[in-house]
Amino acid sequence: MSEVSTPGATATPAASAALRAVPRSGWHVATVAAARRETPNASRLELEVDGWPGNAAGQHLDVRLTAPDGYTATRSYSIASSGPGTRVTLAVDKLPDGEVSPYLVDEVRAGDMLEVHGPLGAFFVWAPVAETGDARPVQLIAGGSGVVPLFAMAQAHGDADDPVPFRLLYSARTPDDVYFAGELQRLVGASAPFRLDLVYTRRAPEGWRAPAARITRETLEAAVFPAAEQPRVYVCGSTGFVERVADWLVELGHDPRSIRTERYGGT
Amino acid sequence: MSFITRGFSGRSRERDDRLPPGQTLVHDFPVLSAGPTPEVDTAEWEFTIRTESAVHRWNWDEFLALQIDEVDTDIHCVTHWSKLGTSWRGVSLDTLFEQVETEQEYVMAHSYGGYTTNVPLDELLDGKAWVAFEFDGQALEPEHGGPARLLVPHLYFWKSAKWVRGLVMMDQDEPGFWEQNGYHLHGDPWKEERYW
Repeated sequence: MSEVSTPGATATPAASAALRAVPRSGWHVATVAAARRETPNASRLELEVDGWPGNAAGQHLDVRLTAPDGYTATRSYSIASSGPGTRVTLAVDKLPDGEVSPYLVDEVRAGDMLEVHGPLGAFFVWAPVAETGDARPVQLIAGGSGVVPLFAMAQAHGDADDPVPFRLLYSARTPDDVYFAGELQRLVGASAPFRLDLVYTRRAPEGWRAPAARITRETLEAAVFPAAEQPRVYVCGSTGFVERVADWLVELGHDPRSIRTERYGGT
Repeated sequence: MSFITRGFSGRSRERDDRLPPGQTLVHDFPVLSAGPTPEVDTAEWEFTIRTESAVHRWNWDEFLALQIDEVDTDIHCVTHWSKLGTSWRGVSLDTLFEQVETEQEYVMAHSYGGYTTNVPLDELLDGKAWVAFEFDGQALEPEHGGPARLLVPHLYFWKSAKWVRGLVMMDQDEPGFWEQNGYHLHGDPWKEERYW
């Protein structure tokens, strides 16, 4: 297993401080505690990760699979859980011509062991106002499986009973494709301020207030905190979704420096 | 201490010596950026190199008047994808540094939109880096860093700063944006210098 590399001895004091601020990532052995269908096309995996240092809401990890002949395939997945402890939740969407995601969705079962590297990423993360002092409202915008790291943030917000107003605008194909549907409904009813706006692109539930359609600039504007409230915005989804939404947000007057994006691409 | 993953056989092997460890071939061009894509007008565009003693400037027309290289190269993203045989046009950093006098050995690349990434000067000279403005025969699209991006193909692709607007020389190495957020200071794909 490869060792975690360390930065060179040339790091300045500023570098050292920045490096200390992020939890140390490393390789770990994860045992699958539970695997179940999340949606018709996705699975939820509960992993027990040996030596996991905990992770911030919004971080990701790498999963490495090894075939009998030594061939390996590594992919990055957002983490749906956060906080201390060694339990890590993933929700994996099966890509049509994928190599790793079909294995994780169709093949993996409780008791299997996987190699994971993480926690990774210190930018697309959220922490309660008690830790950061940042009281601006938070707008989450998810396209499909892009909800995974945003759900981690919403759940962390609820768990911390954080007073900062939170909203999630979540675009899903059909009601069956909504990840964490039960958990999201519970967060709506919890004491931390959280609003959920669902948009269905292919099929809406019976009697839904709007026909199925993709998010437009107008529906976006109607559903998110206005730019005047200076929200922090996190957008995650496919490249096309994120590009469209981020461009509209900037056109609507949101400060680009307050918009953090995570674009899902590749295989 | 790798172990075999039960039930995993993998796709048909695309064994290729050009693929660094832990990388997978892709045929599309994924986009990974930390924020919205900036729209930069070439009429406003400027590229600068700031040293301990001077600031060198090029506007878009002056930049295009420099010697332009055709670059065919492989690119490797830290998120495990690689593209082989990509073709670019751009200005070599050797060309840009011809009139630049500096004793400083480290560089911070700065981008429109606020992105930064650090690269030692040695890694940018001797035919190793360009400021590229064309990809696959087309003007570089904004989502891929247009009008111009740094192209340092022998390092992980986050070092190839999109929407590049200038280089600032430094006495010592300092972490840029992703380097402060968990990524390796150097980023050599062949040594798998992904994270620290």
